[in-house]
Amino acid sequence: MQRPYLRIEGVGRDFGTFSALVDVDIGVERGEFLCLLGPSGCGKTTLLRAIAGLDVPTRGEIFQDGKLITDLPPSQRDFGIVFQSYALFPNMTVATNVGYGLRGPAWPKARVAARLAELLALVGLAEQAGRYPAQISGGQQQRVALARALANEPGLLLLDEPLSALDAIVRLHLRTELRLLQRRLGVTTVMVTHDQEEALSLADRVAVMSDGRVVQIGTPQEVYDRPANAFVAGFVGRSASFAARAAPGGVTIASGRHIPAVTTLPEGTPVRAFIRPEDVMLADTPGSLGAELVGIEFLGSVCRLDLDAEGLPLQAEIAPRALGGLAVGAMLRVALPPDKLMVFALNG
Amino acid sequence: MAEPRLNDSTLLRLCLGFAALLLAAGLAAPLGLMLARAFQDIDGNFVGLVHFRAYFGSPALLLPAWNSLWTSAVTTAIVLPLAFTFAYGMTRSRLPGRAVFRAIMLIPILAPSLLPALSLIYLFGNQGLLRVLLPEGGSIYGPTGIIVAQCIYTFPHAAMILSVALGMADARLFEAAETLKAGHWRIFRDVTLPAARYGLVSASVVVFTLAVTDFGIPKVIGGQFPVLATDVYRQVIGQQNFSMGAVVAIILLLPAIFGFFAERWAQRLQAAGISGRAVLYRPKRRAARDLPLLAACLAIALVLLSIVGMAIWGSLIRFWPYNMALTTANYDFSSFDAQGWGSLWTSLTMAGLTALVGTPLVFWVAYLLERGGVSGWLPGFVRVAAIAPLAVPGLVLGLAYILFFNHPANPLGFIYGTVAILVLNCVIHFYTVAHLTAVTAIRQLDPEFEAVGASLRVPRWRTFLRVIVPISLPAILDIAVYLFVNAMATVSAVVFLYGPDTKPASVAVVHMDEAGQVASAAAMACVILAITASAKLLQLGASRLLSGGWRPAH
Repeated sequence: MQRPYLRIEGVGRDFGTFSALVDVDIGVERGEFLCLLGPSGCGKTTLLRAIAGLDVPTRGEIFQDGKLITDLPPSQRDFGIVFQSYALFPNMTVATNVGYGLRGPAWPKARVAARLAELLALVGLAEQAGRYPAQISGGQQQRVALARALANEPGLLLLDEPLSALDAIVRLHLRTELRLLQRRLGVTTVMVTHDQEEALSLADRVAVMSDGRVVQIGTPQEVYDRPANAFVAGFVGRSASFAARAAPGGVTIASGRHIPAVTTLPEGTPVRAFIRPEDVMLADTPGSLGAELVGIEFLGSVCRLDLDAEGLPLQAEIAPRALGGLAVGAMLRVALPPDKLMVFALNG
Repeated sequence: MAEPRLNDSTLLRLCLGFAALLLAAGLAAPLGLMLARAFQDIDGNFVGLVHFRAYFGSPALLLPAWNSLWTSAVTTAIVLPLAFTFAYGMTRSRLPGRAVFRAIMLIPILAPSLLPALSLIYLFGNQGLLRVLLPEGGSIYGPTGIIVAQCIYTFPHAAMILSVALGMADARLFEAAETLKAGHWRIFRDVTLPAARYGLVSASVVVFTLAVTDFGIPKVIGGQFPVLATDVYRQVIGQQNFSMGAVVAIILLLPAIFGFFAERWAQRLQAAGISGRAVLYRPKRRAARDLPLLAACLAIALVLLSIVGMAIWGSLIRFWPYNMALTTANYDFSSFDAQGWGSLWTSLTMAGLTALVGTPLVFWVAYLLERGGVSGWLPGFVRVAAIAPLAVPGLVLGLAYILFFNHPANPLGFIYGTVAILVLNCVIHFYTVAHLTAVTAIRQLDPEFEAVGASLRVPRWRTFLRVIVPISLPAILDIAVYLFVNAMATVSAVVFLYGPDTKPASVAVVHMDEAGQVASAAAMACVILAITASAKLLQLGASRLLSGGWRPAH
């Protein structure tokens, strides 16, 4: 079997008594787009800096293309990087910024000019070549940073929250562009983000991190549909959750009612159960719960209903036209499909 | 704990080690030796507190300390309200010609401190133009002259600090106060004053320290009135009593050290006073405020201008007050001082070298500290050593240099009496402000420039030269001019250290004044002012040139 292009094995990083990274193992395939997703302080940026050689791990090894790179300084590695701030050189034009790394015997003038033209066309900035960073928009600055990082065809592209400094519309637009570009160039990419929507939409695989550990790696669909633990279930996607105890064939909630679910936990284990709004069915089926409508949030294409289902704070989504005459205070019946209920033992 | 293992980290560490050695040789070791000297007799035997006991037991020795203390306190009390009014006019009103006022305010900073003292002699001295204004039996020589001259000398320092403090006002506080129907005086008392509180502390500490440690003014206009600074000089040069000189120097160091910590404390509080989201206050026109302020600022500017004008005029008069014909004879320095114009060349060489050597050194060291990623005790030592010179008066550093570099066992002794020791002394003496300017500039740079450069496999020195230096050019220019101007104008830093062939112009001013050649002393002071003012103007022109292109206009 072919080994992953980038291998992170048992990497840990301590700052004094605080461990920013604990036993991180990740393999990234050649050409793959991996997102490191987690809340701030989870260690995702520390991991990216370790991959870049900006911060050397305390333990563990990192291999790129079969070569051990753990202790190599950044200048001896093969990567391009885009920072959250872009770190564009303000005293250089767009073209000079992009061509900053194109120097030395491998880059005679003619080749540099050709490569520059190619890169500027790639990111659609041919007309801005002579401008300074302060004279172009935030989205254009981001593309300059991207072109600069890709200039000498690195084997690995590292992105540190590259979209978070942009406003919402530009961000969505550049997200699509980034994905297309990465596909087209086939460059192995690791991106750090705290935005789960961004991670799910961009990545081939997502590594969810919490407290310095990788708690789950999988495709966006896997992470969304089958979260590995309560943290992932709560962090990725929207869900309502409630406390319960494991029971044969389901869970028992505080009111004593039994709710069917798929779980193999020993009877009586304290658990937390999660269910996504789109999985809550407004239907009067056997075993359904009585629910009071406590709030309606109009979100354009859908309406989100806040429900109190026999003490359980649930949410459901329906199409606005299906709302009919529903008003706060109405009594409904809701069904929780057993295979959609995600049940995790409380201690992890 | 693992640290970033950069391949050039050894080199960066070596550079920082070199800086540490330089600061150790130029600051720590001389000061240490001077402290030790205060506890030794002439032959270097340890005698404990003998000199201190002698000092505190003798009213004649204690008198200068008391004199320094009260004249500096009075100076501070006079300068502060004046500087506050002026700064208030510059920042919180719509006075016409504020740029001109600001330029005039800076003049005393560019001139040697001796210049206002010389002007006062012309105006109120024994043959002074306005002698009649003095009360019967009154004399400008002594505390009066010292206080007035020091007010002028310290005014720009206080006014600049207060301008900064008053310039950072949050407009929303004023709007809030107005919507709550507070009157102008109430807003002044409840919004303006509290915000400027720490600026006031900072300014008074700076003025007090400058006044206590200044040597030129009491030397020229102090007459028989002894203060600490002239006392150190008398002990060392007059009586060759280095041990007692060291004791007085330590006494002189005390207010400076106290002031140093008080100032840093005030600055920290000041920085915390304004949030990043504040909206800058823009004053509206209001005659009831602007007209009295205009009158006050005009009066202050007039005094400053007439002091400089008096020195220039005096320097052009053949024999004050008997022959008032205009002449340039007083600028023929060779007839008044053995060095003639040579002392100006010495000053230019010294100040030029101070800027030329000091600027790259200061900026590179600040860069190493901020971005070098060097670990261990080394950066901590350099950081402290870079800030410490602010608390060391020039005279004290000068005395410490005599003791250190003149020591028979010192292998560096060969620089004694050369321009090199003057340059080293100036670089160290003016190090702190230059260092803080560099640090501020470097902290404004994106922290990832070097990382981007490294990822593109561009060597670090190249990113330093192509990105860091060009962006920081205005600050670098600022540092160079600051070092040059101060090295040109200083007396106290160099008065102990010049050799027979290396007498700086500022010391020549003192000597010519001592010899009774007030006109040529004034002439030399004016030439120094002309040079420093030109340097400042060149800097303004250069930064205007720099502000084109990619650099956002100020």
